[in-house]
Amino acid sequence: MTTPVLELRGIDKSFGPVQVLHDVAFSAYPGEVTALVGDNGAGKSTLVKCIGGIYSIDSGEYYFEGNSVTVSSPREAAALGVEIVYQDLALCDNLDIVQNMFLGRERKSGLVLDEATMEEMAAKTLAGLSVRTVKSLRQHVSSLSGGQRQTVAIAKAVLWNSKVVILDEPTAALGVAQTAQVLELVRQLADKGLAVVLISHNLNDVFAVSDRIAALYLGRMAAQVKASEVTHSQVVELITSGRSGTLGLTNGSGS
Amino acid sequence: MSVDTLPQKVESQAIVKEYVQRVRGGDLGALPAIFGLVVLVGVFSVLRPIFFSPGNFANLLTQGAVYVVIAMGLIFVLLLGEIDLSAGFASGVCAVVMSVTLVNVGVPWYVAILAAMATGVVIGLILGSLVAKLGIPSFVVTLAAFIAFQGVVLLILGQGNIISVRDQTIFAISNKNLPPWLGWGLAAAAVAGYAAVQLVQARNRSKRGLAIAPPLVIGGRVAAVALVIGLAVYVLNLDRGRAIPLMGVPIVVPVILFFLLLWTFVLRRTAFGRHIYAVGGNAEAARRAGIPVDRIKIACFVICSFMASVGGVLAVSRAASVDPNTGGSNVLLFSVGAAVIGGTSLFGGKGRALDAILGGAVVAVVENGMGLMGYGSGQKFVVTGSVLLLAASVDALSRKRAAATGHR
Repeated sequence: MTTPVLELRGIDKSFGPVQVLHDVAFSAYPGEVTALVGDNGAGKSTLVKCIGGIYSIDSGEYYFEGNSVTVSSPREAAALGVEIVYQDLALCDNLDIVQNMFLGRERKSGLVLDEATMEEMAAKTLAGLSVRTVKSLRQHVSSLSGGQRQTVAIAKAVLWNSKVVILDEPTAALGVAQTAQVLELVRQLADKGLAVVLISHNLNDVFAVSDRIAALYLGRMAAQVKASEVTHSQVVELITSGRSGTLGLTNGSGS
Repeated sequence: MSVDTLPQKVESQAIVKEYVQRVRGGDLGALPAIFGLVVLVGVFSVLRPIFFSPGNFANLLTQGAVYVVIAMGLIFVLLLGEIDLSAGFASGVCAVVMSVTLVNVGVPWYVAILAAMATGVVIGLILGSLVAKLGIPSFVVTLAAFIAFQGVVLLILGQGNIISVRDQTIFAISNKNLPPWLGWGLAAAAVAGYAAVQLVQARNRSKRGLAIAPPLVIGGRVAAVALVIGLAVYVLNLDRGRAIPLMGVPIVVPVILFFLLLWTFVLRRTAFGRHIYAVGGNAEAARRAGIPVDRIKIACFVICSFMASVGGVLAVSRAASVDPNTGGSNVLLFSVGAAVIGGTSLFGGKGRALDAILGGAVVAVVENGMGLMGYGSGQKFVVTGSVLLLAASVDALSRKRAAATGHR
């Protein structure tokens, strides 16, 4: 078995008196899609924000490529190679695709923006992801469809030789055809050797692309299993009650 | 064009088609301003033939200069989706500072201008910090400043006082002209510079196999710029004096062009400019991208007030004096109007430095033309207010239409 590129052990996180994450363990492997599932309020977003350095963890260990690290800001996470694509995508409608992909990390030659290099790199990244639906790299993001925007947001995350890409509900607002497109893209990222973490409520999507499924239940990691070893209904049980047969939490204590 | 088969060129037809599509989608750009300008110039020329004379053309430029310069600064604040209502009186305060240091203290003209500019920068720092750090809506901060600055001008000048400014250099900015040969020289340099930028850019892109505009379009752009500049210089170099010969490009024109180039460069070619658009388009996305949103906001307010100080200097130069009304009455309204008429959006994220000149031309034509028609201040205010409202409606409607067609 390959070693995980990202591994968390015994993560605790509280907001004041409310403990949101209890002793959570989570791993993401290169070349695999790990789905992170769980009901509303299970702690998915909190976990992701801890990984991304937006929240600091109260206790627990954060390993990246086998080394223990501390991540206390989004910058540090990005420097490690962890990129998060948020649900709202964080794109500027009034800028074009290239400008959005390089936002905050513009290439410069001297004082001046190096537009040609940026456009070249953006084109390469999109071509590497087999994106063919975009008409021009210089069109404003506002004129793109939902699936295309998602594509741009993902391409933006991949541009920086990232090793872990976390996608927060990438298909939530998309139609059937666009969902298929984005899922194909997700699969491609993993096939290129990235560790992909997919947060989703849609189990069809999860089973379509995932290699592993991690189910959170009330702030605890109910189980992290191979997708091929569980059924649809087992995952539903893990999400709703935290266990399914021999899998999952035992009587609400730790796993 | 698909991403994986980047063709060398985009056909001219495709460019025209794309432009038409963009306009129909609600992205009007400079069209309303140019259309308005043509109509207004046509109407005034028919009604008052003297409107269409070289003398009045030069007059228009110096008349509009103050609005154009202040509007150029306002565009930075408007790009953020904020507003600066105090820009008019900020220019007044700076004008008073300059005049007092020049006349009462007796420093040389350049020290006085620097003092005015420094005042502008300080004002911008204060306004920007209040908006960005404390989070007070810019509308309230600048409304308060609008009232306070009015008071500051009165306090420094004393009730009803006027300081006349007799300094030759400052007087020359708005009232003297370049020698005709220098006008032509600058025009040639400007056109050559523009052509060079266009060519270098196209060559750079084609070397890397990126899509470039066809030579016809690039040639067309350069020709259009050459035509406009050439025509303007030609007309300004005609003798427009009544008794003694008077000709040449007013000195204020190259001053404005300098700021146009400077701010266009900043907005289009630097990371700072890119970040201004990003903050105006989606502040949260900008923050997550690691852009220091607060500092960008403060910088925009500083630029706005700095340009207001330049506007103040030009106002003093034109009037050869400063009084409690300098930068007051219609200056702010006309300047905001100039920016919005030129195509800068009040909703943020959209605008160019050039907008100030296009919109400023419309405002100056309205003011000048109505003056020639013999209308008083009453009618001028009503008409200018209507024009501003019309421009804001065009802005809001095109935004709505863009939302409907997915262009914004």
